[in-house]
Amino acid sequence: MKGFRGGVRAALPVVLGYLGIGLAAGVVERAAGLSHAEILLLSTVLYAGSAQFVLAGLLALGAAPAAIVSTVFLVNLRHLLLSAALAPALRGLPAWKNALIGLQLTDETFVVAAGRRPLSAAWMAGLNLSAWAAWAAANVAGAALSGLAADTRALGFALPSMFAALLVLQLRLQRRLRPALAVAAVAAALGVGAQLALAGPWAVVLATVLGATVGLALQRWTSAPSS
Amino acid sequence: MDVRPEFLALVLACALVTALPRVLPLILLSRATLPPWLLDWLGYVPVAVLAALTAIEVLVPGGKGLQLAGNPALPAILAAFVAAATTRSLLLSVLCGVAAYWLLL
Repeated sequence: MKGFRGGVRAALPVVLGYLGIGLAAGVVERAAGLSHAEILLLSTVLYAGSAQFVLAGLLALGAAPAAIVSTVFLVNLRHLLLSAALAPALRGLPAWKNALIGLQLTDETFVVAAGRRPLSAAWMAGLNLSAWAAWAAANVAGAALSGLAADTRALGFALPSMFAALLVLQLRLQRRLRPALAVAAVAAALGVGAQLALAGPWAVVLATVLGATVGLALQRWTSAPSS
Repeated sequence: MDVRPEFLALVLACALVTALPRVLPLILLSRATLPPWLLDWLGYVPVAVLAALTAIEVLVPGGKGLQLAGNPALPAILAAFVAAATTRSLLLSVLCGVAAYWLLL
């Protein structure tokens, strides 16, 4: 199943995950004072889970628009690395198809696509459009149900739970588990350290770059012929 | 049910700065032949991103200071990890994580 329908089928775990997180996002966004129409706009046009949680949080704090845009930019800068990692599998596609595929790139769809070779544009479209539709529907449903949730603090934990689950699924896909586990440990420690030192979204980018470099170094070192 | 004009402008600006890092590498790098070491390096990127994001969300909640003792996120994220390892389901893992966090709050 390499076509559109195959992509839709592969999207199922992401769709189910998005229904949970999107519901939480909708509740949090409603609590930040956004209207239902604004939540639909946000989830379809921005379409970025962690950025939407961040945006809602900053709006609730009354942050300036320029500060919100810069923070969203930094939070989403990690997509640079995901987009680059996906590029080799989508070689030979026309630029406009790669642009459309890239527009709907998320951590979650990336993890699903990263385990597949070769990728086709139709398969990616099936995956991306399913995840996108589920995300928007869940955001709107969350906004509609927001009056029922007494305590929205626990719902925000949907995001780290999803990241943790994706990390486990991603580790299962790795051909070399030991360097990958080292990458996870190094990136986690560096991320926390950098977050404490820099207190900004650069921490994730820094931890990712250094963590992946440690993984590559370990892999080279352990697989090098002994002399 | 209205969209405030200033909110529309905010979303469009956020969407633009989000689209650039999502789209540009795919367009540019899919035209080039990447060396094997770079491909291996890129293969570690998702693990590193997710580990960093999870650790920061759990240990530095709200981006303000390290929280270890009595942090309800620690046992809750463990529940999400165990659920993911045993069920391989994103939805079940999210439900376990949120339920555990809610019980511990």
